[in-house]
Amino acid sequence: MTISEILNQIKSTSARLVVENSIKLAKENESYHALLNLTSERALKRADEVDSGKITGRLAGVPFVVKDNFLAFGAPTTAASKMLENFNAPLQATAVEKLEAEGAICIGKANLDAFAHGGSTENSAFGPTKNAIDTDRVAGGSSGGSAVITALNVVPFALGSDTGGSIRQPASYNGVVGVKSTYGAVSRYGVVAMASSTDVIGSFATNVADAELVTDIISGRDERDMTTLPDFFKVQPNAKPGQKIGLVSDFMTDGVDSEVREKINQYVEKLRSKGHDVSEVNLPMAEYALAIYYIIVPAELSSNLARYDGIRYGHRAEGIKTLAELYGKTRDQGFVTENKRRIMIGSYVLSSGYFDAYYLQAQKARTLLINEFDKLFEKYDVLIGPTAPTPAFKLGENTADPIKMYINDIMTVPTSLAGLPAISVPAGTNKAGLSIGVQLMGPRQSEAMLLSLARSMEDK
Amino acid sequence: MLNDETLAKYYMTVGMECHVQLATNTKLFSGSDNDERNKSPNSVVSPIDYGLPGMLPVLNRKAIDLAIMAGKALNSPIAHVSRFDRKHYFYPDLPKGYQTTQMYYPIIGAGVINIPIENDKSVNVRIHHAHIEEDAGKLTHFGNYSLVDLNRSGTPLIEIVSQPDIHSSAQAKAFAMELYNLMTYAGVTRGDLYHGNMRFDVNISAALKGAKELGTRSEVKNLNSFKSVQRAAEFEFRRQIELLERGEKVVQETRGWDETKQKTISQRSKEDAQDYRYMPDADIPPVILSEDEIAKIQSTVPHLPPYYRESWKNIGLDSTVINALISSQLNAKLLQRILVKSGESVARRVGIWLLMAINDQDDGEDTTKAKGISITDDQFIELSQMVDKNELSSTAAKEVLFEMMNRSEDPRTIANEKNLIQVSDEAQILAIVDEVLADKSSEKAVTDLRAGNDKVIGFLVGQVMKKSGGKANPSLVQKLIRKRVQ
Repeated sequence: MTISEILNQIKSTSARLVVENSIKLAKENESYHALLNLTSERALKRADEVDSGKITGRLAGVPFVVKDNFLAFGAPTTAASKMLENFNAPLQATAVEKLEAEGAICIGKANLDAFAHGGSTENSAFGPTKNAIDTDRVAGGSSGGSAVITALNVVPFALGSDTGGSIRQPASYNGVVGVKSTYGAVSRYGVVAMASSTDVIGSFATNVADAELVTDIISGRDERDMTTLPDFFKVQPNAKPGQKIGLVSDFMTDGVDSEVREKINQYVEKLRSKGHDVSEVNLPMAEYALAIYYIIVPAELSSNLARYDGIRYGHRAEGIKTLAELYGKTRDQGFVTENKRRIMIGSYVLSSGYFDAYYLQAQKARTLLINEFDKLFEKYDVLIGPTAPTPAFKLGENTADPIKMYINDIMTVPTSLAGLPAISVPAGTNKAGLSIGVQLMGPRQSEAMLLSLARSMEDK
Repeated sequence: MLNDETLAKYYMTVGMECHVQLATNTKLFSGSDNDERNKSPNSVVSPIDYGLPGMLPVLNRKAIDLAIMAGKALNSPIAHVSRFDRKHYFYPDLPKGYQTTQMYYPIIGAGVINIPIENDKSVNVRIHHAHIEEDAGKLTHFGNYSLVDLNRSGTPLIEIVSQPDIHSSAQAKAFAMELYNLMTYAGVTRGDLYHGNMRFDVNISAALKGAKELGTRSEVKNLNSFKSVQRAAEFEFRRQIELLERGEKVVQETRGWDETKQKTISQRSKEDAQDYRYMPDADIPPVILSEDEIAKIQSTVPHLPPYYRESWKNIGLDSTVINALISSQLNAKLLQRILVKSGESVARRVGIWLLMAINDQDDGEDTTKAKGISITDDQFIELSQMVDKNELSSTAAKEVLFEMMNRSEDPRTIANEKNLIQVSDEAQILAIVDEVLADKSSEKAVTDLRAGNDKVIGFLVGQVMKKSGGKANPSLVQKLIRKRVQ
């Protein structure tokens, strides 16, 4: 259901009924393990306040879900980790506050890879989320829970975070719209940090218009996040014909699933039929994007995760005797394997003697990648390609081999490193019925245009 | 024990780092109260200072402004682009697991400051750079547990790093004092040394005079008084020489200063040095400053010690007196006003009085509290004029001065009350002189004086002074005696 349909339903019945129904649906779909906790009590209280007229706004009474790395009331903020299993946030993330200010009602906290480290939600300390279409397959990640709960129509939209594809890839795997804005468009305040220079807050929705509304609400300058930009997002009318669109050939090689390529080509044909000008372009630096990403992001997250030391909040190991033991055991018990792997990689590349060779080198390469994008956007309005090289893979298929897991991010990571907006929209399904997403990428601050183009392409 | 001969073979080299707490209202990255003095533990701690998940730093612009002012005081340029970095280590007083600092692009660049030392001499000490960083909290240890207080966590500091241009413990102390003067004059810090508003780390090495290379250094950390800077430097220098004389090696290490034992104690050696994994902090955009902006902020910096030293060059006070006066900005301002209003000779006299007043108040070598003297400019000037007019002897003026420090009364009232006004009326004094000269007991002295024994006049003056109850102007007395005895 769309947001406007839900608003109509609230008008004809009550917010309480709508929220109750949403919670009921969430419980019925428990087997997907998309949610870690429901926030029923608080949600119903707020629903009553909508019904009494105390809470108003563009989303008054509309239920939604947040990825559980957003500080939000009503249940612990766990980041799907043992470290924060019992951590109750004393304040809420700016994005959550902005949605609540418009009357939206958070009904639960969605599963993710612990601390958002992963691309399948299999790294959750509380068990994986299952794909909305095929429960033998992964939800994608790290915002898997948010994608699945939206795809299951439990809520019309959900919040996620995208550091290297964590919104777009699960959106693609579950057949929903996923928006990663320009870096700095949405405040990161109150979201458990992963990589400070690429973390972006965004949303999932069942259709583009709803994603636009949510993006409009959550975007804008926040004095509490120095990296936020002044509000520039404004919903645009349908994109005019004649847009110059570049199909990134580096994302359409033989290594990419043939059915994925087929769906993208179909989408391209449809763009052409609507009068857009699509031609192939090259992004040679894309080849290095994963290597750059897996130096810079672990470096930054190793730093951002240093605060989880068992001293002030969160998990603390029992029966320890020394300070070193307190740190060691607390972090050993509180983090999952993937967290530890990334902390170790990050600590390594930042070590004295390696910093120049890895971290600085990666930053230089990142600049080259950014320059390459900028150059393309001198000629093109939009770049297009698949969101991921394959549809959702089987649960457990890639867990033994981190590199195989990382490769699924190959198409989403470049825009993350460049801070560019990128969205994933459904492009159809393969023969087995699995969803395939198409990715639209634009220059900085062009997300409204990307969304308007995607909206004009939706089958109504 | 080292003898002077051995000591004289060696050359001391010292470089210093100084942490200065900035006098902002709020912390470097949060809205918490930045003045932790007399606050109960963990009472000025925000979610940001606490390192809660999802918290982001919001840079306090006032800290940047104060650093810009510090740059002027340090004679050092301000970077048009500076950045923040993270320095990682685990310790319970460090909530985020890293300290936000400026490793790669500090806000204050290289400069040089002139440090006055004894006998009107001075040394130039180069500043390597100075950067902004946040302070950590503090740990208090009890038996088998420790408690964390994060009140100081996130307090803005600038760390001033000098080049190794200091070559005696007295110079080290002078450098520390001058930094203190510069930072307090510029209004960069509250300057409360007792509460650790300024802390010094001293890097010391000893080498044979003439040696091409510096010796291995040790670093004494966290000194919070000028005296301890000097004593720690001196102690370390001697300790290192003793090692070298025995043929042993100096270990590069961090040492602490034990105030009660007056010695340094090994804390950790270089082998234990941590890898801080410095990394740019992506949560804080670069600080970009235009030349205009820098100039505008620096134009608000008040006069600094070098200005006063230059201005007082011709007053006729020696550098020790001048430096003592400069140790209080209030006194420096006061003396400068008096110089402008009443000229050099009054300023000279008031300068000396001020120094006497300071010394009277001093309860130790290291008083760093702003010395408030409740005497107004005009009262000082009047007191000086009374001396000029021979209404007060210099001894009586001192007595009046000390009384003035205790109560805000003008000097004439006090002088009258204490009956200290000198008699300068010739007729009145002449009457006493005649009386003394006519006295039998003066007979011999008068004869001797006539015979050319000038020394005896002291006796006669003394007699007159005694008879006048100490109030007669002694030079007038002498003049009149000579007149009569000729």
